[in-house]
Amino acid sequence: MNIVVCVKQVPEPTGTNRIDPKSLRILREGVDSVLDPADEFSIEAALQIQEANPGTNVVVVSMGPDRALEAIRRGLAMGANKGVLVSDANLAGSDALTTAKVLAAAIKRENPDLVLCATESSDAYTGMVPGGIAHHLGLPLLSYAKKLTLAGGKVQIERQTEAGFQRVEAQLPAVVTVTGSINTPRYPALKGIMQAKKKPVDQLTAADLGFSPEQVGEKGAKEKVLGWAPAEQRKAGTVIKDDGTAATQIADFLAQLKVI
Amino acid sequence: MAEHTAAKKPQMPSAFDLLNIESLLSEEERMVRDTVRRFVKERVNPVIGEHFEAGTFPRELIPEMAELGLLGMHLEGYGCAGLSAVSYGLACQELEAGDSGIRSFVSVQGSLAMFPIWAFGSEEQKQKWLPRMAKGEVIGCFGLTEPDHGSDPSGMLTNARRDGDSYVLNGSKMWITNGGVADLAVVWAKAEDGIRGFLVEKGTPGFSTSDIKHKLSLRASVTSELYFDDCRIPAENMLPNVKGMRGPLSCLNEARFGIAWGATGAHRACYEAALEYAQTRIQFGKPIGGFQLVQQKLAIMATEFVKAELLALQLGRLKDAGNIHPVQVSVAKRNNVREALKTAREARSILGANGITLEYPVSRHMNNLESVYTYEGTDDIHTLIIGQAITGISAFS
Ligand SMILES: Cc1cc2nc3c(=O)[nH]c(=O)nc-3n(C[C@H](O)[C@H](O)[C@H](O)COP(=O)(O)OP(=O)(O)OC[C@H]3O[C@@H](n4cnc5c(N)ncnc54)[C@H](O)[C@@H]3O)c2cc1C
Ligand SMILES: Cc1cc2nc3c(=O)[nH]c(=O)nc-3n(C[C@H](O)[C@H](O)[C@H](O)COP(=O)(O)OP(=O)(O)OC[C@H]3O[C@@H](n4cnc5c(N)ncnc54)[C@H](O)[C@@H]3O)c2cc1C
Repeated sequence: MNIVVCVKQVPEPTGTNRIDPKSLRILREGVDSVLDPADEFSIEAALQIQEANPGTNVVVVSMGPDRALEAIRRGLAMGANKGVLVSDANLAGSDALTTAKVLAAAIKRENPDLVLCATESSDAYTGMVPGGIAHHLGLPLLSYAKKLTLAGGKVQIERQTEAGFQRVEAQLPAVVTVTGSINTPRYPALKGIMQAKKKPVDQLTAADLGFSPEQVGEKGAKEKVLGWAPAEQRKAGTVIKDDGTAATQIADFLAQLKVI
Repeated sequence: MAEHTAAKKPQMPSAFDLLNIESLLSEEERMVRDTVRRFVKERVNPVIGEHFEAGTFPRELIPEMAELGLLGMHLEGYGCAGLSAVSYGLACQELEAGDSGIRSFVSVQGSLAMFPIWAFGSEEQKQKWLPRMAKGEVIGCFGLTEPDHGSDPSGMLTNARRDGDSYVLNGSKMWITNGGVADLAVVWAKAEDGIRGFLVEKGTPGFSTSDIKHKLSLRASVTSELYFDDCRIPAENMLPNVKGMRGPLSCLNEARFGIAWGATGAHRACYEAALEYAQTRIQFGKPIGGFQLVQQKLAIMATEFVKAELLALQLGRLKDAGNIHPVQVSVAKRNNVREALKTAREARSILGANGITLEYPVSRHMNNLESVYTYEGTDDIHTLIIGQAITGISAFS
């Protein structure tokens, strides 16, 4: 069984992304880059399947700058068997559609039974890439999995909804996006970190995957980010000085909001 | 005419990495550090204050530390991770940023209990103990210090008498980290042919322990006295491949290396708490960090921290190159613990009354560092080791 996990290197999530006003791309300079914490859940999900089914091959795939190798290494340190990095200056500025197309081509080479993605990335969070990958591979996509089981050549998930969950299944091979409630990702063990550098990582360019420079990156992008603006600041809260009646004042305020 | 190119605007360094030491670390080293840092943040920090107050070691963390590979992490083979010296140091730094007691546990297990078996044990001893110690199934301790022999351990009284297929141990050991929780004690005793290391299993008749109570330092760590009263152990429990003080001293050298790094972790934690407090605590209408006296304290802390880190890193590079002299370890142990202690005291003052509570990590670190200042060679002893090295004259005799 082959599992591909798509992982992305993102600026350390600190709440706000800084965006370069000129290129309208997320600023990555001077910010620590890390394996997207959202991806740790899908890696963990893959490793749990691997533990239950010895012989399972887990491959982490990323498209990004050379630095993204660190995200791959972290996946390898956690226990994945192999990495694939698609890195190429021509890929800079790719939109979600192109990202999905290129990733799909890289994933296909691994002959996967299961492709795992996070629901959305922590930096650009369009949430469009997994759908694009499924489309290009011609595979079913099960989204928002908070639980995942494999049996009889099928994958079954509990799909998180606001009201509860739905149980959905698909024939393998399939693409599944997982949520942060699916598991508790492990720490990469120190031994794993030491072994990670000995594990194979394929480094591919767009050309290796059969794409011309015009088909990818900024040139190939079909969408364009026009601008951005910060969200409106919320009004400062009301400060109640306690003169002995603060508790009553707060209770009255909450009652007015019909919270209590 | 040469074209004028605007000099690249230098980037403001992080308050915790003023000299960009980050750039001196390999990817692997950073990954080790980040992994241990996260473990400490998520698993140690939330519980350590309670344990310190209760005077208990967080035993529940042992399986997790083992799974992470922290036990015997710098040893090769036998289920150990085989980290480089710098990675080992970085891990110690992060552990001690949590608490010196946690780092002490890991140092004792890896450098003082596993290391002598790994370095001086027979193949059978290694096979028998090391994998289980790496898994945290067997906890070790290291018995060198005695009630009447601290800084001069070579005068030890504990002795081992050969009797047929056995050795019979008599004497006592004092201030032994992990003593009361250990399944296996590595005990240094005088045999007929000199000082030897012995493996004594918990429950061996004639071997007993009692924990030292009322400590005001390293409270989240077990410290015990070990007693040997005609304690008979099989002769094959002696470590065959070392004789004399070289045995315990080479263990101490391993552990002191970890302490030189570890102290920088406590240092950072105190500085971090003080900096944050100084930026948010308002007095006389402005953050106290805006007053010159407080800024001076913070600037000194930040500078001494980064110096200590550089010292530790160079020590690690020397060790990885296989070219480290014990006096170099003394330089780093002495400086880094002493400076961490100074920072802890200054940080304590910046936190005002809050500084004396367990709500903040500073007093805890400050008290812990008093032990670190004394164990593994007191500050004085390392001073004299350096003195001897540079003058060629021993102050000890
Ligand atoms: C401010 C801003 C707005 C943008 N708006 C748009 C837009 O409206 N339309 C558009 O097409 N593009 C847009 N982009 C560009 C787009 O975000 C990037 O092209 C990116 O490739 C899409 O990734 P995502 O992070 O949104 O992926 P998501 O779809 O949120 O990612 C979901 C999962 O897919 C996988 N994945 C995603 N990217 C990778 C990768 N590079 N390597 C491996 N796995 C990956 C991961 O498992 C990830 O968790 C925008 C970028 C910015 C900075
Ligand atoms: C919490 C804790 C845990 C410990 N864990 C262990 C352990 O696991 N295993 C173990 O074997 N030991 C352990 N120790 C013991 C520790 O190593 C000793 O305390 C240390 O070596 C000092 O010995 P001492 O306390 O007997 O002090 P002493 O040697 O009596 O020293 C007292 C003072 O005299 C000074 N002094 C001594 N000789 C000289 C000299 N020649 N010139 C100048 N000044 C001198 C010392 O610097 C010190 O200030 C631990 C100690 C503590 C506090």
